Amino acid sequence: MSAHSSSSLSIRDLHASIGDKPILKGLTLDIPKGEVHAIMGKNGAGKSTLAKIMAGHPDYTVTSGDVLLDGESILGLEPDVRARLGLFLAFQYPMEIPGVTIANFIRAALQARLPEGEELEATDYYAKLYAKMDALSVPRNFTSRSVNEGFSGGEKKRCEILQMAMLEPSYAVLDETDSGLDIDALKIVSAGVNALRGPNIGMLVITHYQRLLDYIVPDKVHVMSEGRIIHSGDKDLALKLEAQGYDWVEKEFGESGTKAA
Amino acid sequence: MSITTTSPAEIGNSGNSSNSTNWPEWFSKDQNEAWELFQSLPQPKRNDEPWRFANLKALDLSEFQPAKPVEDKAVLIARSSGLADLAAKLVFANDALIHREVAGLPAGVLLLSLEQAATEHEELFRKHFMSTEARLGSKKFAALHRARLRSGAFVHVPRGVVIERPIEIWHWVEGENATILPHTLIVLGEGASVTVIDRFVSSRDERSLAIAVNDLTVGTNAKLHYVGVQEWSDKATAFHLNTTEVEKEGVSTALQMNLGGAYIRGESDSHLLGEGSRSVMLSINPANGTREIDQRTFQDHFSPRATSDLLYHNALADSSKTIFAGLIKVEEAAHETDAYQKVRNLMLSDEAEANSMPGLEILADNVRCTHGATSGELNEDELFYMMARGIAPKQAAQLIVRGFFGAVLEHLENRDLQDHLGEILDHKLNL
Ligand SMILES: Nc1ncnc2c1ncn2[C@@H]1O[C@H](COP(=O)(O)OP(=O)(O)OP(=O)(O)O)[C@@H](O)[C@H]1O
Ligand SMILES: [Mg+2]
Repeated sequence: MSAHSSSSLSIRDLHASIGDKPILKGLTLDIPKGEVHAIMGKNGAGKSTLAKIMAGHPDYTVTSGDVLLDGESILGLEPDVRARLGLFLAFQYPMEIPGVTIANFIRAALQARLPEGEELEATDYYAKLYAKMDALSVPRNFTSRSVNEGFSGGEKKRCEILQMAMLEPSYAVLDETDSGLDIDALKIVSAGVNALRGPNIGMLVITHYQRLLDYIVPDKVHVMSEGRIIHSGDKDLALKLEAQGYDWVEKEFGESGTKAA
Repeated sequence: MSITTTSPAEIGNSGNSSNSTNWPEWFSKDQNEAWELFQSLPQPKRNDEPWRFANLKALDLSEFQPAKPVEDKAVLIARSSGLADLAAKLVFANDALIHREVAGLPAGVLLLSLEQAATEHEELFRKHFMSTEARLGSKKFAALHRARLRSGAFVHVPRGVVIERPIEIWHWVEGENATILPHTLIVLGEGASVTVIDRFVSSRDERSLAIAVNDLTVGTNAKLHYVGVQEWSDKATAFHLNTTEVEKEGVSTALQMNLGGAYIRGESDSHLLGEGSRSVMLSINPANGTREIDQRTFQDHFSPRATSDLLYHNALADSSKTIFAGLIKVEEAAHETDAYQKVRNLMLSDEAEANSMPGLEILADNVRCTHGATSGELNEDELFYMMARGIAPKQAAQLIVRGFFGAVLEHLENRDLQDHLGEILDHKLNL
């Protein structure tokens, strides 16, 4: 991979808190375009917090550090501006939006990316939408259903990937997109994600299950604990975590391990 | 407050309207009586319960004039473009019928101007025209409407006749300070069915007054869908006074969409006369700027096993104001009534003001009544989710508002109509 050094999603010594509770405590991570990185870590480690902070959730306060998208800091930008710059977050818990149909929602998101006065071409839009839906085995009648309302857990996750496929981001963070998926859905979603893989996108896949990484094979695996990346490795690290859990890695590389050393 | 300062000046002095020749003799008498009633009734006062929270200044109608004939009928007819697939269309402009288009009406259906109906079908007209008193506060303004009425639409669907495609009726107002008195009278015989859409529109961005009345009579087992789409200019004052009467096993579904106007007073009075009758009362109210939407409703259950469902959704931006006062009344004989009343206010601004006064009066046993009013703000997490997709916050809010209104549209059975009204809303909300 010969990506230019600034072609990356770069998180630098990020500290962030909610209220006065620190959650990220000096997190550094670099995801070059063209690569897929995975983050694993115990419940409460701060994985979703990291994802939401990158997307610009207003509840969190960044106390120091930076997040750079292709070399430019995005921390001062509104969430919608970040998204239009090419950042996408597949939510761990996608929101239900009563009364807003999938079709209208995605159309509005695409329309927002067009210059003022330019209209999205409806026929092309629907052709593309249906093609992506078919590929992800999302029934076509979902277009007229309200966003995520009454969707099963798996349907919500598929719908997140559908949105990603339609919006074609340059960086995507997938927060536990695999949880709640049955085996078949996991394969379909993974295939959908793999289809988007390529030199023009960098991905960060947050997961608890090594199984996902059999389908979406990562270039790197990171372990997150208490708001920091404590260890990184290749895809085999995920296998080891699956077999042995997090204790050894936290002992060896985590806060307590460091202290003991 | 004297009458001359509160009633439309010219309208008050001009005696009989110019179109009076088209009306039968007896109706002039009727109008004179109405005029006297209008004059004798007092202007609403601060302490009048039906006008609680209302902006009484908006009831000073002294600046308004009778509407003159419109400048260009052809343009308005061309602009009267709504649903593609219609059974028939009528276009009124400044209270004159300027266009009638029938694509296909079953035999026996009457679709006429009110004056023609009064002349040719006197008995029907007399029986149903404003046959119930305006009970929700606007008796005086209903009298003014009756006194100065010049035209209107008359729809009679006789027993057993089902009209599949909708009928669309346009009411245009044109002229600075012009006054119009739109009227739609719908009578459904036993087992009859029809969908009627009233479109209320300003020809230009002008100040105007409309006192609109509709009488909906739904016979035994009959089924009515009625939609009023109000798109007056943002400077307009308008009264929309509705009365619905439903006979045994009949179903009325009526939706009022208030998309325009500076001051809107809506009154909707449902009489559930027959056993097992049903009335669905819906309203969609996007309020912005300084718009004031004041709505009073009555679900009056006279017979057993009738159901009424009221759902009003208000979205309030800027320094807009809404008032909702609704009463469910279950009369003594109305056992096993099932009545529901819900008003939801979506507050989009700290300066907006929503007043909700739900009410219940139950005189029968074994009834189920649910009522309530809720006020909420935009859900921050929903907003964040949408922004995370690149949608600007303003647009995201509009989409959420659209969804909030969509929940009301879902109560209409006709999908095409839902879609059509949805498009009108999209347009209004710049989506
Ligand atoms: N809004 C909040 N208020 C208080 N605490 C919060 C809030 N959001 C997150 N936290 C806390 O921050 C910590 C990190 O939460 P986060 O959701 O980022 O964990 P996670 O690594 O994604 O966990 P999981 O694997 O269970 O999804 C947790 O202790 C959580 O309770
Ligand atoms: Mg999480």
